This record gives sequence, structure tokens and C-alpha cells, in this order.
Amino acid sequence: MAGLSESQVERYSRQLILPEVGGKGQEKLLRGRVLVVGAGGLGSPAAYYLAAAGVGTIGLVDSDSVDLSNLQRQILHASEDVGRPKTESAAEKLRALNPDVTVNTYQTRLGVENVREIIKDYDIVVDAVDNFAARYLLNDACVMEGKPMVEAGVLRFDGLLMTILPGEGPCYRCAFPDPPPPGAVPSCQEAGVIGVAPGVMGVLQANEVIKLLLGVGRPLAGRILTFNALNCEFQEIEWKKNPDCPVCGDHPTIRELSEYHLACEVRGD
Amino acid sequence: MKLTVNGKTEEIDQVMTVLEYIRFKGIDPRTVVVQKNGEVIKRDHWEKEVVRENDRLEILRMVGGGSF
Repeated sequence: MAGLSESQVERYSRQLILPEVGGKGQEKLLRGRVLVVGAGGLGSPAAYYLAAAGVGTIGLVDSDSVDLSNLQRQILHASEDVGRPKTESAAEKLRALNPDVTVNTYQTRLGVENVREIIKDYDIVVDAVDNFAARYLLNDACVMEGKPMVEAGVLRFDGLLMTILPGEGPCYRCAFPDPPPPGAVPSCQEAGVIGVAPGVMGVLQANEVIKLLLGVGRPLAGRILTFNALNCEFQEIEWKKNPDCPVCGDHPTIRELSEYHLACEVRGD
Repeated sequence: MKLTVNGKTEEIDQVMTVLEYIRFKGIDPRTVVVQKNGEVIKRDHWEKEVVRENDRLEILRMVGGGSF
């Protein structure tokens, strides 16, 4: 296998034998550049599986530090990491898992002023944020940059997943045109979350990214997947691109990024 | 009257609008989006849009957490 070292052939052997991956696919993964926004409940499993699969460059954005209450679900962080920046703790685990991976860290809050600049350098964005303001900002920025984004959200025992391919399928606003009024939808901090919910959804985000990088399978675009852990139910809902969407529709009214300031969402979960 | 809501069949015993149905289910209308028979029903139409026999509703809840 041309570009792979002996140890890489061994490390990735179980996926190299898959016809959908093979040596060529593995090289695509190694060349892949993926930005994971949020190194928490969703970002932990997403980034961990991407690193394990040999996605060559992973960017991690997070401004928070590890809190003891994070460890119930944010599996990249350990007890001894409490108090450390999440990007630092997460990067260390990813590098230890797979030295093939270059991890770029951004210990910052995504905002209007930096979001387009940061996502520009990546092929795919994983939305693993914990609040609606960041979710809408990232959606709008990805639509404007034409960047594929794999979106997920969780609350209590529920999860939601959609893959956004700007120009081809619906964006987040096609389904949810505006954020809910502040306080209407509680955060995980207020309402709780079972650890496996972001676990399941984060792994599914990694799956979507790997498929996109390889160019195999059918992306979850034009469809929304919901998961309920209590009943162990998945449901798929077809969702069309909205021609009247304010950001990706035929006559967009949002042409510049702006940020929602939602009072109850200042702090993360 | 038979309906399919989020893939499951259910019976309701009176005619309702989309908004009435959402309230009847105890859901905060500000936290969901709705499709009826494959078409998105805009929020400002919920008050007028009547749910009929054999309609297929999808009620999608917003979940914003990623648990940082």
C-alpha cells in the first residue's frame, strides 16, 4: 500500500480490508481535516473515533476547562484533568491514541469575529456545541463557506442528528428557522442528560464524517435522525431544503453573521 | 380519529388544530417544529391548520445541548 507505513497497515488493518476503505480510503482519511467544535459530551466520542480511524488533522475548539460534573459523559477527560483546559486534555488523549493525527487546539469561544477564519482550514465541521447561539452561528458560517457540517444535539435521553451539505440539502435553519426563546428549551445543565445520549450521537457524527471523507454510503442529508435512549428508538424524518430559508434559501435575508445573545445560555452544560 | 404521530398510530376523539394538538400533548409549542404529511407547517399557520383523519404528523423537538 503506497503511502502507508508498516505500522499504519497494521493499525488500520481492520478497516483496510473493507472494500469501502482500502489503502486509497485510508489515505483520504489521513489527508482529512475535521474541525470538532466543542470538546464535551458529543465532541469527545466524535473526536476519539475520528482519531482512531486515522483522520489526519483534527481541530478542537473549546474555551472551557474540565469540571468534575463533565466526567459522567465527556469521555476524553479524566479525573486528573479537572481544572485543565478541555482542548489541552482532549488533545493529549487523541495524540496518545494515534500519533498519526495532528491535533490543532483553539482555546477560544467561537464568535462572529473568528468562526469563518477557523472553519476555512477544514474539510468538514462537527457541531458539538452546547447552546443554540453557537449552533446557529456555526450553521450560518458553514452555509456561507460552503462547508459540510455534521450537526447533533442532546438533552435528557434524546438526541438529534443531521448532516448539512450546503447547497445540496437542508441546513439547520431549514428545520429550525429561529432559536427558541431564551429559557424555553433547557440546557443539559438545567434538565440533565444521560451520558450515553451524547455518546451515541457523537459516534454517529464521526460515522457521518468518515463516510463523507471516504465518499461512501449515503449521508444523513435531507433527513433528520432522532434517538431516544429510554425506549431505545431511532426515528428518521425526511426534511426538505426550505426555499424560504433565511440563510440558504433562494433569497437569503441573512448575508452577514450575527450572534444571538440568549440570556439563559451564557454558560455551557 | 386515527393519526400517525412520529411514526406511531394514535387515536384522538375530537377535531383539533395543530396548535391545539401540541398543547393537548403537553408540549411547549415554542420548542418544536412540525411537518404534516411531509410538508412543514409554519408556526403562524398552526392555529388554522386542522388535523384530519389519517394525517401523518412529525413533531420535532429542539435539543440544543452538546454537553460541553
